Amino acid sequence: MYQYDTLDRQMLADRSAEFRSQVARRLSGEITEDQFKSLRLMNGLYLQLHAYMLRVAIPYGSLNPTQLRKLAWIGRTYDKGYGHFTTRTNLQFHWIKLRDTPDILDHLASVDMHAIQTSGNCIRNVTADPYAGATAEEVDDPRVWAEALRQWSTFHPEFSFLPRKFKFAVTASPKDRTAARVHDIGLVLKRARDGALGFEVIVGGGMGRTPYVGPTIREFLPVNRLMSYVEAILRVYNRHGRRDNLYKARIKILVAALGKDEFARQVEAEWAKIGDSVDLPDTELARIRGAFARTGFETLPPVSDAFETAKAATPAFARFARNNLKPHKKLGYTIVEISLKGIGDTPGDATSEQMEVVADLAERYGQGDIRVTHEQNLVLPHVKLDDARAVWAALAEAGIATPNINLVSDIIACPGLDYCALANARAIPIAQHIAEKFRDQDRAERIGELKIKISGCINACGHHHVGHIGILGVDKKGEEFYQLTLGGSGAEDASVGAMLGPALPYDRVADAVDTLVEVYLRERQDGERFLDTFRRTGVAPFKEAVYAEAH
Amino acid sequence: MPKLIELKDGVAKGVEDPFTNLADDQDLAEGDVIVSLARFQADGERLLSEGRRVGVRLQAGEQVEALVYDLPRLAVVALEFPKYRDGRAYTNGRLLRDRFHFRGEVRAVGEVLREQAGFMVRVGFNTFEPADDASANEWQAAVHRYRHVYQRAADGRIPVFGERAFAERGA
Repeated sequence: MYQYDTLDRQMLADRSAEFRSQVARRLSGEITEDQFKSLRLMNGLYLQLHAYMLRVAIPYGSLNPTQLRKLAWIGRTYDKGYGHFTTRTNLQFHWIKLRDTPDILDHLASVDMHAIQTSGNCIRNVTADPYAGATAEEVDDPRVWAEALRQWSTFHPEFSFLPRKFKFAVTASPKDRTAARVHDIGLVLKRARDGALGFEVIVGGGMGRTPYVGPTIREFLPVNRLMSYVEAILRVYNRHGRRDNLYKARIKILVAALGKDEFARQVEAEWAKIGDSVDLPDTELARIRGAFARTGFETLPPVSDAFETAKAATPAFARFARNNLKPHKKLGYTIVEISLKGIGDTPGDATSEQMEVVADLAERYGQGDIRVTHEQNLVLPHVKLDDARAVWAALAEAGIATPNINLVSDIIACPGLDYCALANARAIPIAQHIAEKFRDQDRAERIGELKIKISGCINACGHHHVGHIGILGVDKKGEEFYQLTLGGSGAEDASVGAMLGPALPYDRVADAVDTLVEVYLRERQDGERFLDTFRRTGVAPFKEAVYAEAH
Repeated sequence: MPKLIELKDGVAKGVEDPFTNLADDQDLAEGDVIVSLARFQADGERLLSEGRRVGVRLQAGEQVEALVYDLPRLAVVALEFPKYRDGRAYTNGRLLRDRFHFRGEVRAVGEVLREQAGFMVRVGFNTFEPADDASANEWQAAVHRYRHVYQRAADGRIPVFGERAFAERGA
């Protein structure tokens, strides 16, 4: 993993000191809450319905055990004993006191963490494939580029006051676990025929009230030209993005208005003028790359007797292995997904105790490496098959061995009206009702991959547009209603979901999802996922079944 | 007290402003003036021929490319921040220095707050009209808040990757 050096640490210390002075100015009354707002929002500090919320950055979702333990400790000391992992792979504390925040930032800095650029109209936390360095699918390690982008974008003097927030995702696998096509910029690493590494550059995807699957504006950008090229994109956006309407200010609106060809032409023209003066030197790229090189793998047999025996002896472990273990590039190793979607729990929440259990397991069995996924789960990317049963047993004891990765109850939900001042409707209890409905694990496995995503308002923090089943909370004359969409995907086959029909009341949503699943099970042909069946049949049979019941 | 702050050799100082900032409907003053782009395009030749120093004020939506051929004759380019969160002037500033090699004064006007001081200096601003009553000392502290920078910009500071390479060579 990348290790911060003295220079990185001094950046964090300087930021922490700056924020401490800003909070002091607020607490002394020198500045008003309104004036303070612009300052705290640069530090990931939001005023929500009940308290301040602090959003801690987890660059490309990568944590070491010391960092995760510190987050657990902060949750216990300054919050209510838990934290919430987000779709940006960050961690939010929802019950924070303003006067504690400077100390919290100091504690974070002590483990090389911070809240820099977790809010504001700047370049936000860069996300990357959570299986980076572990999956055999990838052509390169996307974290190298995510880290280079982290440094380049941190306190960027020209691009810290963009028209709107700006999000990067980097992946190097054909199977996209980052939702690259619905980001402001999605970067997909590829190898050319001659072996050269480059990026497919996707710009202007996004969700919110105007969802778009982003177009590719360049098929192949040589990797060493990344910084100058993204600088060209950001400059075109900074100059020409709309600033008159908050809801039309994202880069997707500019790309759509100009058309992808004209936007690409402007970027290329600007890029030609920039030249290579801002590109990173190869020596620095090599330094970053070296930090991610992993040499600790043992040579193991392809089959682990301990693993096979444990599966045969313990059906619950076998179920966990089927759903939560993913193939590793090294023989005898596996990727362990830890679901934060326990039935009846809040998606993405982890208690301080659970974080500590994961940190211990990572240290003991997982080479000290922990990842956060944009689907709000955790990953131990490097576990020996021999150790998988012990890891499972410890997770089960901590209540986080739910065997539901990619299944119907592995739901993304935003905090919704339970926490958020912007929300129209609750999201968390809807997720809980649906998970309850599909509590039967045999049935859940029969249903197979099904991604349900729930947003409490049109800002789409719960990514409902790209849910196989998307659920959007709306307000109808003061009552919570839910608009269902079908057929969305945030993966390599990205698409925006289509509306099912009129919005449903709160207490009918879980039943409607059940009905949709029944239609799928009836209609599906060999091996089809829910998404495939929907794409083949269209909306008609689903719509008919859900709304027939209403009469 | 002067409300213009000048940063010179890393030191922020309150200075008297020798320029009169002329609105478009204001009668021409004696001495050095800063005018809008529109007024400069109409009256620039005459103003310059009178031997006075002339500056141009660009709104956030106006692009510095419009001034390229006049830059050698201008003493000041004032870039406007209609709101602190409107970041277009940062691009104008950077291009003035990096691409068009403007050596004169680049002035920040409008909603200019100390929290933005560091960014402004990095893209090439060297004078400031603070809107938050920041003193020269406070401005100075804000400018030097960070010991390091992560990326190249218009100020010539060596980014951390350069510092690292330098330390490596020295070791």
